[in-house]
Amino acid sequence: MSKRIKVLKTYKIFIDGKFPRTESGRYYQLKKDKAPIANVCLSSRKDIRNAVLSARNAFESWSNKSAYNRSQILYRIAEMMEGNKNQFIEELVHQGEDSKKAILEIDHSIDRIIYFAGWPDKINSIFGSVNPVASSHFNFTILEPMGVVGIVAPEENSLLGLISSIIPVILSGNTCVAIASETQPLCAISLAEIISNSDVPNGVVNIVTGRKDELSPHLAQHMDVNALGIHIGKKELKNQMFFQASNNLKRVVDVSKYKIEDSSFESPYIVKKFMEAKTTWHPIEKDFSSTNNY
Amino acid sequence: MSSKIKALKYNGKWDFSPSIESLENISIQKEYQLFINGKFQKPLAKKYFLSINPTNEQQLSRIAKADSKDVDLAVNSARAAFNGQWSKISAKERAKYIYRIARIIQEKSKELAIVETLDGGKPIRESRDIDIPLAAAHFFYYAGWADKLNYAFPNRNPKPLGVVGQIIPWNFPLMMAAWKIAPALATGNTVVLKPAESTSITALLLAEIIKEAELPPGVVNIITGDGSTGNLIVNHPDVNKIAFTGSTDVGKSIMKSISGTNKRSTMELGGKAANIIFQDAPLDQAVEGIINGIYFNQGHVCCAGSRLFIQESVYDVVLRKLKDRMQSLVIGNPLDKNTDIGAVNSKQQLATIHKYIDIGLKEGADIYQLNCELPTSGYWCPPTLFTNVSQSHSIAKEEIFGPVLAIQTFRTTQEVINKANNTPYGLSAGVWTDKGSKAFNLAAKLKAGVIWANTYNKFDPTSPFGGYKESGHGREGGVHGLSPYLNLE
Amino acid sequence: MILDLKTKVDKLGIEDRVSRITKRSLKSEAKLQGLKMILSMIDLTTLEGMDTNKRVEQLCYKATHLHHEFPDLPNVAAVCVYPNMVKTASNFLKGSEVKVASVATAFPSGNSSLEVKVQETKEAVFNGAEEIDMVISRGKFHSGEYNYVFDEIATIKENCGDKVRLKVILETGELGDYDHIRLASEIAIKAGADFIKTSTGKIKPAATLPITLVMLEAIKDHYYNTGKMVGMKPAGGISNSKLALQYLIMVKETLGNLWLDKHWFRFGASSLANDVLMQILKQKTGLYQSNNYFSKD
Repeated sequence: MSKRIKVLKTYKIFIDGKFPRTESGRYYQLKKDKAPIANVCLSSRKDIRNAVLSARNAFESWSNKSAYNRSQILYRIAEMMEGNKNQFIEELVHQGEDSKKAILEIDHSIDRIIYFAGWPDKINSIFGSVNPVASSHFNFTILEPMGVVGIVAPEENSLLGLISSIIPVILSGNTCVAIASETQPLCAISLAEIISNSDVPNGVVNIVTGRKDELSPHLAQHMDVNALGIHIGKKELKNQMFFQASNNLKRVVDVSKYKIEDSSFESPYIVKKFMEAKTTWHPIEKDFSSTNNY
Repeated sequence: MSSKIKALKYNGKWDFSPSIESLENISIQKEYQLFINGKFQKPLAKKYFLSINPTNEQQLSRIAKADSKDVDLAVNSARAAFNGQWSKISAKERAKYIYRIARIIQEKSKELAIVETLDGGKPIRESRDIDIPLAAAHFFYYAGWADKLNYAFPNRNPKPLGVVGQIIPWNFPLMMAAWKIAPALATGNTVVLKPAESTSITALLLAEIIKEAELPPGVVNIITGDGSTGNLIVNHPDVNKIAFTGSTDVGKSIMKSISGTNKRSTMELGGKAANIIFQDAPLDQAVEGIINGIYFNQGHVCCAGSRLFIQESVYDVVLRKLKDRMQSLVIGNPLDKNTDIGAVNSKQQLATIHKYIDIGLKEGADIYQLNCELPTSGYWCPPTLFTNVSQSHSIAKEEIFGPVLAIQTFRTTQEVINKANNTPYGLSAGVWTDKGSKAFNLAAKLKAGVIWANTYNKFDPTSPFGGYKESGHGREGGVHGLSPYLNLE
Repeated sequence: MILDLKTKVDKLGIEDRVSRITKRSLKSEAKLQGLKMILSMIDLTTLEGMDTNKRVEQLCYKATHLHHEFPDLPNVAAVCVYPNMVKTASNFLKGSEVKVASVATAFPSGNSSLEVKVQETKEAVFNGAEEIDMVISRGKFHSGEYNYVFDEIATIKENCGDKVRLKVILETGELGDYDHIRLASEIAIKAGADFIKTSTGKIKPAATLPITLVMLEAIKDHYYNTGKMVGMKPAGGISNSKLALQYLIMVKETLGNLWLDKHWFRFGASSLANDVLMQILKQKTGLYQSNNYFSKD
């Protein structure tokens, strides 16, 4: 009997819940010990454009879901990943990681998703408030998602880094477009497969692969992106993004300030960074027995 | 409205055919044991009591009765688990156990709903759509808090209390178990829980789920029994906190029992909520709110809107709409998917309801009851309302815990605020008005722990629930539901 | 007459009530009875720019011959066409119980002068229409000219004469809040509508359960205030039996027995009839049906 030939995987990008190839048709090759291991899409600005469109379309219904619903969907991502652990471990090893470290990374990633899955219906209990204004008004502040967030994921810790960039952003109702690690992109696509299996609506998460310095300006300058969460080692590129983002006053979060490998990353404060505070006033009728002296 | 206009008829032309939920895959054991230290074990004194289906008075099962030795065993197991595994594993891992419970409840939701209906008499539609989903949601919500407690209490280092004793009622059996167990586990405590005597079975199915979720033995112990079992738990010296939901009278006696000890407590007791309809309210929706407030779950709801206050100018219209809406309520076999009002939970409770109906008549109020056919066996009470009720009538003061509504009128905001607050209870209240500022004024002035404005009987794991005054103390749900289970000093 | 937003409608409350209604479970006898009632209440409708005489005749045939295997099934209530097709329909349906209904008043937009609308109505009635489905002036409604809207309806009603019943289409998809729909319902009822109808079917959203409930409540209040009954017709978007049965349950629980009759309740639908027939057959045989066995007209 002849040896069974493996079916090789094609790595495409993830936009609007589907897996298209980059519209530019370009690719770059991932090598290990000089041997090719995968042909990865070299995405273009048009892919960014399409991804942002999809993220914008998905925003209204994703942010209108109940927090409980979003919690459950995030938990499901963790359930799906747990079931597919081996695929991730193989890929991480394929990309050059030590297998023991790979197992730790995937476990950490799953646990981190579960951690954040518990926040959607609690954020406003912590950071929202009822404000005791001096006039007879019911006055309350709630935090709301911002809209479309552009993400640049870290180069190392490709899986944990990508998850840590995406999950805190979408849990509050934002949608995102993420540029995956350039040197270790394989897990990004597997993650996309998990996400598309997990009841996450199309367009909430969009992932592209390619050259970071080619793609990031398109995100940073896009007028319909509301915020950026970036983890960039090269100071020049990072500063450039901050500069470009100011064209429509995007809120930019420098995620590299937070230690991704550390459990201190798990906190609601990073979630808060991608939310806006809205305060509402409504009169409270008072009987003539009370007074408000101005 | 002209009295010559005939009232609309709603029945007799096109009536529902039976649509009974199938019992095919459901099996209730002949006998249930106590769940202690991760195993089902027989009660040491080998005593059992019967579980009756209130729909047909047939026996469903025999349930173990825990006496003092069993209670000791349970508390000791809980203590050992607290000192051992439960405190040693990380909060993150604790969360995962609780998430498992939530997910398994969701997987088994149909079975749980059917058993809940068989055991307690509530309509299958209610158990299926409200009780079971909310139970799962509570576990899911609190699972998420386990590793986040530091954020809930600024400047504090929250620590669990130890072993908590929990006693729950028969009106929302599985849901009440979830309301108690979920926050207790999330905060790191271990549990000894006693379900109500007349509705033990879903708590025991929950015990099976807890076993399936592989919780370390002793973390949750479920011991069935009657009032004496409850007393044993309350008085046990190694229990750090008592959480009780039930009648105000029993609540008072528990507080007496634990006075002078270091035991913490939360009490969620009775109520006599005012449901207030202003003339500018959306009247048809308000009527739905009235119905929802007092007739669903057979009125066995502590926060039931049992005192209706209608602004006098719209009294006739509201009453007419209320009576019309009542005609579409279906009372009967709770396993029928169309049933709105099921069986009264027990013989005793039905006797109590009848007693109050008699008192109401004696006190001179006018009665209206839905004219419907009631099954010949089982415990049933049709939706009932009393008009011409005044503030001093017993039926306006005392909790009936049945589908009986006492209706009064009012003229001004100040008047109704006074009347609504004029009660030793303070669990909940309802306000119906189109004016936001009026709703907020009432919300500010009404002395109740839960105010529903333009809605009624809404529950959510994130929303704190609990009463003022003799309706109890402490809150369940939300961030507020965590502190009763923690040491924050 | 002072016409204004007086009655409040709470959107969430309406939707809560509807959700209870959609949980009702209809089985066996009750379901079969309901399905037959639905059939008898359908206004089989063709309102296409490309309608022809033959098309209308085919529809009329279907209206009187729903299914050859079950002669005990009721006929539909009416056939609804454009004014220029009324004569064709009327000739075909002479002697049958099935009524001829005509849209009029510059359907679907309503953006014409009152004179043109009156003329159109008179012609349709002259050619044999037994029911007129008119549209209200939504533009005037949104401008707050409620008296104009009222007067227009009253005028059309007048020109219908005694024997012809007037259905007033509110075009609820263009009206906005439930409060507005309630107000429009009250205006139409007070101006003399025999039926109030949700939609033209030309825009989305057409009929929905919550909107229908708002209108049924207006009808109920009117009944208790005056003793008079007004009919109701949801139209558009009701293409399957399950949904139609939910509408019927809503009628039953809101207005009761008197309205469970084609004289007071209609469905504006075209493909619904086939789905109902399939469900009836399924109830009788226990087998799920296929489209292929029912004529598509």
